[in-house]
Amino acid sequence: MTEARYTPLRERHESLGASFTDFGGWQMPVRYTSDLAEHRAVREAAGLFDISHMAEFLVHGADAAAYLDYALAGRLSTMSVGKAKYSLLLAEDGGIIDDVIVYRLAEDRFLIISNAGNRDAVGEALAERLRIPAVTVADVSDEYALIAVQGPASEAIVAEIAGITDVSTPWSEQKYYAWTDARFLGEPLLIARTGYTGEDGFELLVRAADAPALWDATLAAGEPHGLVPAGLAARDTLRLEAGMPLYGHELSLDIKPAQAGLGRVVASDKDDFVGKGSASAASDARVLVGLAAEGKRAGRAGYAVVTEGGTAIGEISSGALSPTLGHPIAMAFIDPSSAEEGTIVHLDVRGTKIPATVTALPFYRRKK
Amino acid sequence: MTDLNALKYTDEHEWLAISDPSTGSGTVVTIGITDYAADKLGDVVFVELPQVGLDITPGAVIGEIESTKSVGELYAPVVGRVLEVNEAVVDDPSLVNAEPFEAGWLIKVSIAEGGADALLDREAYVALTEG
Repeated sequence: MTEARYTPLRERHESLGASFTDFGGWQMPVRYTSDLAEHRAVREAAGLFDISHMAEFLVHGADAAAYLDYALAGRLSTMSVGKAKYSLLLAEDGGIIDDVIVYRLAEDRFLIISNAGNRDAVGEALAERLRIPAVTVADVSDEYALIAVQGPASEAIVAEIAGITDVSTPWSEQKYYAWTDARFLGEPLLIARTGYTGEDGFELLVRAADAPALWDATLAAGEPHGLVPAGLAARDTLRLEAGMPLYGHELSLDIKPAQAGLGRVVASDKDDFVGKGSASAASDARVLVGLAAEGKRAGRAGYAVVTEGGTAIGEISSGALSPTLGHPIAMAFIDPSSAEEGTIVHLDVRGTKIPATVTALPFYRRKK
Repeated sequence: MTDLNALKYTDEHEWLAISDPSTGSGTVVTIGITDYAADKLGDVVFVELPQVGLDITPGAVIGEIESTKSVGELYAPVVGRVLEVNEAVVDDPSLVNAEPFEAGWLIKVSIAEGGADALLDREAYVALTEG
């Protein structure tokens, strides 16, 4: 057993009365007061998340773009500086090592943010794929902290954080899945308009030493707007409503991108990349669907999806009573023959069969 | 406020309030889950309770308490018969978090006199949660 790790914001969480939970070897705030209140705050105002457990890699060199086209499933070389892109790191057999967001910092410089629990696997895979000269990959996870401001009030809040200066792009011109340079207390700050909640929001990458000051300044700026600190429990129900995959649930080494509905992320017309030729799944492989049910009783990860007669046709990967919608929702891998929208299936909730309808993802979409 | 020192507890984080036997209506225990359990579960969003009249024996699963994040089972802590279930908590499960020892009670069970004597007292229960 390795010792639990804490982010640079541990003391802030403790003084806010957070309950902690293990996540990928990290002790992270699961909630501060109430999962539901934190969830609602993000949908209606804003929430502040510590996501410093996530891993960061810097890719640098004249051939960095070509290297990433080979190492990742998407086409990164055509992305403009200032943009961000969701991508996948595939194994040779097309299984998913991790899902990542790639930010183009400069023509020859990229930032990759990956899941905390996959840090070693991502680092190893990126190193193995360094066949192109003049590219370096550095794991800079320990040098940075990452906090997320998510919710409709995010822009107003982030624009008012005391200590943020030199913002390169005016707020009104910052697009979703783009980033801008700034400074916090004179030190470099990266402001990305990305997130994992289905709301507008920002992720702020700051030097680890400055993280507590940025956390405090963000809470202070956000208070008049209804910002509250929010934990991983709310983050999970928010991303589930938004139909976003979570590694270990909707994504794994045993799941091909097409099964998880991520075929569009794979640029299969690229010359060569790791996983090419294996990224498509067998035609009878189970596929990811959304399921919506009535009542209050939720299907949970691992529960079987069955026919009315009780034959297993799939398994839930994530499920909860949706705080926003008020009814149970789930994502599940099910047989393609039952995957059409509108199909009625049943959830085996600890022995009780609950009817559910195959539903398009996401369950929740924010108003523009 | 409930006097927590007057309650009995189980290692499944349930509390039991035992009625005064001098009322002559037999021994009735009111059962709920502790604040510790409610905090660990997070926001409770669904409660399923047993039928009135059900005979229960210790260890049997007689209900479920679901939060956004997880499912907790309600275990029968004593031998007895279910007299009453708290319909208010079925309608509004957040009572379990808000008032676990008062409005968030779950069931009332009639038991034989002394049927809850073997359970934990407050001191032993607090030691358990701090252990």
